[in-house]
Amino acid sequence: MHMADALLAPAVAATMYVASGTAAGISISKLKKDDEASKLPVMAVTSALVFAGQMINYTIPGTGSSGHMCGGMLLSALLGPQAGFLSMIVILAIQCLFFADGGLMALGANCWNMAFYGCFVGYYLIWRPIMKSKWFGSDKNAQRLRIIAASIIGCVLTLQLGAFSVVLETSLSGITELPFGAFCALMQPIHLAIGLVEGLITAAVLVFVYQSRPELLQCVDPADGEGAKASLRSVVAILAAVALVVGGGLSLLASSNPDGLEWALFGNAEEGYAENMGLDEDDFGVQSSAADAAGSIQEKTSFLPDYAFPDSEAAVGTTVSGIVGSAIVAGVAVLICFAGGFFRKKQKNV
Amino acid sequence: MNKMQKALHELSEMDELAARSTPLHALHPAAKLITTIAYILVTLSFNKYDLSGLVPMVLWPVLLFQISDTDVRSCFYKLRIVLPLVMAVGLFNPFFDREIILRVGSVGVSGGVVSMITLMLKGLFCLMASFLLMATTKIDNLCAALRSMHFPSMLTSLLLLTYRYVGVMTEELAVMTEAYHLRAPGQKGIHISAWGSFLGQLLLRSMDRAQELYSSMRLRGYHQHFHFAANRPFNGRDALYAACCILFFLLLRFISISQLLGGLFVR
Repeated sequence: MHMADALLAPAVAATMYVASGTAAGISISKLKKDDEASKLPVMAVTSALVFAGQMINYTIPGTGSSGHMCGGMLLSALLGPQAGFLSMIVILAIQCLFFADGGLMALGANCWNMAFYGCFVGYYLIWRPIMKSKWFGSDKNAQRLRIIAASIIGCVLTLQLGAFSVVLETSLSGITELPFGAFCALMQPIHLAIGLVEGLITAAVLVFVYQSRPELLQCVDPADGEGAKASLRSVVAILAAVALVVGGGLSLLASSNPDGLEWALFGNAEEGYAENMGLDEDDFGVQSSAADAAGSIQEKTSFLPDYAFPDSEAAVGTTVSGIVGSAIVAGVAVLICFAGGFFRKKQKNV
Repeated sequence: MNKMQKALHELSEMDELAARSTPLHALHPAAKLITTIAYILVTLSFNKYDLSGLVPMVLWPVLLFQISDTDVRSCFYKLRIVLPLVMAVGLFNPFFDREIILRVGSVGVSGGVVSMITLMLKGLFCLMASFLLMATTKIDNLCAALRSMHFPSMLTSLLLLTYRYVGVMTEELAVMTEAYHLRAPGQKGIHISAWGSFLGQLLLRSMDRAQELYSSMRLRGYHQHFHFAANRPFNGRDALYAACCILFFLLLRFISISQLLGGLFVR
């Protein structure tokens, strides 16, 4: 899900930098306030481990394919949301700088899509409420079930949000001609399957940590219940089956019926947009004075690249010289390479 | 060679590239960072149909690859990661945007094809710029430059520490994976029965070691701030380099060099 620079317009990239930067700033001040900056070496070692751990292939039984671990949920369950978010930022920065996985300008967007949702949304909306609840009872078995449920639900939800953000950011950047709804229909089901697998792998690691050192997990009381040992395999199998059935059903629904946004964008057109929205067509319709005024303001203030092609005759007129010029530029680039090689050889000979 | 060993190889290759000494390596990291960001921003700002305007942007990275004596092949090797998503997004353009916007001889080229090529070139150029930055700048120097630009010390310290441990952890996991596969020949990945324990054991060991590490760092006087070996001061040469580069980018952005050069030969 790492976005490359080419998929973003400068304005969208800058906006995402501001959003992720704000979240990072709040996280840093929170850690400093709670005097948790001493976590730094633990954060570094854990994020290095997650970085390396994401390269391990886990065999998905019966499919022949493999999956990876979900870093955001694992880090926030081990370190807390703020420390987890900062650790994920660093992982994404290293992936971007040294492995070209993601881009320098897309780093803000990638942090938002993969770190923010995984750490903050996953922790505050999924992990903490589930771990503090009394779902499945109060013994150790129940605790394991809660960890598995929180991991799977958290990974699925945060990956769905991340994938939706990728679609939104790419569409806002005007990069793709793919309609928004079709793009969503492509991205969301794929990430539903990925989220399920990542959730299962993350759950397996967290359950192992819980069995060995429960005090390392956030929102888990090590003194909770001393009940009989659960059969982890059966629990995972049951939850996976339930998740697959629910997920599969949902994806079928998603592909046969347009989602809310799609309905809002396209579905209303047939039944009359103004009628549905309760608007007066003369004042707010496509041909209204309000639309003209908005259009002229947008023309003046638009920062995003203007994707309307200039009048085609002029364009065709200038394309030949453009092609020739581009070829000359390519020739100059090749010449620079030859010149560089020539001077290097000369230097070596000297 | 498994995935982790390849990653280690890539990391050490980048370290070796950054440790050389060329005129570009001698520049202040802040100057290189600013020009790289400016280059990427200008590249991304081109209209999706403005292929002839975008093409001259290749001149800057090509020139820097020559000045820094960097092998372009190691950069192109990284394209395997960038291109798939860019291609997946761009490949739909020819199907949805079929309006013919230029003709080469009798062959009409649709707007979708042009925008797809533009998108891929943007991906390539941005990758080349980012690669050049890291191939000519050590991570320590980059972090020191970020600190001098008032970047939060917690993030720079975390970045440096993580970068150091990435090598250690990746090596450890590469050995573990190798050992696992030798005992489970023909198996594609880690079996479901070992999903938790495989990484979990290393995770627990590492977290304990991290605590010990923190204690030893405290004993040696660490107080939540790394003291970087300061970069040399940002001098006039660095400022001149950054200013010239940015002016060059702006020139390429607002004047279509391709059209001008083409106009000399074609009426």
